[in-house]
Amino acid sequence: MSAENSHIEHGQEEHHADMSKKQIWKVFFYLLAITCLEFFIALVLVYNGPLEKGPLVNFVYIALTLVKAYYIVAYFMHLKFEKMGFIISTLIVFVFIIYFIILLLTEGSYLGVHLNHVFG
Amino acid sequence: MSTTVSQLDQVKSGPWNGGRSPFAMEYGKVMMWFFLVSDAFTFSAFLIYYGAQRFAQVTWPNPDDVFQSIPFIADHGFPLVFVGIMTFILIMSSVTMVLAVEAGHRNSKKEVVGWMIATIIGGLMFLGCQGLEWSHLHHEGYWWASIPSHYEGVDKLGAQQFANLFFTITGFHGFHVTTGVIINIIILCMTLANVFEKRGTYLMIEKVGLYWHFVDLVWVFVFTFFYLV
Repeated sequence: MSAENSHIEHGQEEHHADMSKKQIWKVFFYLLAITCLEFFIALVLVYNGPLEKGPLVNFVYIALTLVKAYYIVAYFMHLKFEKMGFIISTLIVFVFIIYFIILLLTEGSYLGVHLNHVFG
Repeated sequence: MSTTVSQLDQVKSGPWNGGRSPFAMEYGKVMMWFFLVSDAFTFSAFLIYYGAQRFAQVTWPNPDDVFQSIPFIADHGFPLVFVGIMTFILIMSSVTMVLAVEAGHRNSKKEVVGWMIATIIGGLMFLGCQGLEWSHLHHEGYWWASIPSHYEGVDKLGAQQFANLFFTITGFHGFHVTTGVIINIIILCMTLANVFEKRGTYLMIEKVGLYWHFVDLVWVFVFTFFYLV
């Protein structure tokens, strides 16, 4: 087992671009900046400010979340530097999640219309 | 007898012709990725159900009103501050984990040990914060199948779903952090016992790192959907 590990590590993963310490801290500051931006929107613009919670603000939050997720998966989890075949085989299954989101949110809002009719 | 090799018998050297990993990845690392994909499905299912409930309920508790306390400092009046600290701790411990992986690539045992200890401390701090958050909400009356008495009428329905889903999802995430800390401690002990030194590679740090970053990744989504939206 150990012999195989070292063979692959030294033989085939050698050419992978490794993250330098400088790059790691750069990604960290991107993540920190995006999180600070989210707090700024939540506290200054929405809680104490003029904006209302709603689809527009939520869209911004979700977009920023996906950017953060990209940085974590691509750089911290090193996926960007793997072989394209592996990236595709890992990410392609998430079409089911996208489909599931569409299905359940549609179903949820349908139920919401009825509950609003009953209670609202 | 002919000594020339026919076209068919020539050794093929493409990535998919066998004899080596087509992804140029070690087996355990590929399996860790596939486990994480399946785990992502579990968390997605939880969060999508949460979304469906928010769409379905007539009213929903406003997170800015629910999460207002900073333990030991203020009981209310500071929305999102405490969860901001928790988020910072988790991102920070993710960075120390990448630095441990980076040190592992250079086979530097001393640095790996240092960064792993920092990661474990970060994980324990996050768990402590989550414990404080849970006990605060529990004192306010939130729990599985329990909500504070100030909710009335139709508000009770949404508040109850909120309480159940909050404790289930952050609990499941906290369980992942706990196992992550335990695995990190095991790996730290293995590093100290020179297991990876003898093996000649610190690839195990990378695999554990993948799990740890995944925990951070999930928190990014939990944070957005429970605290911001």
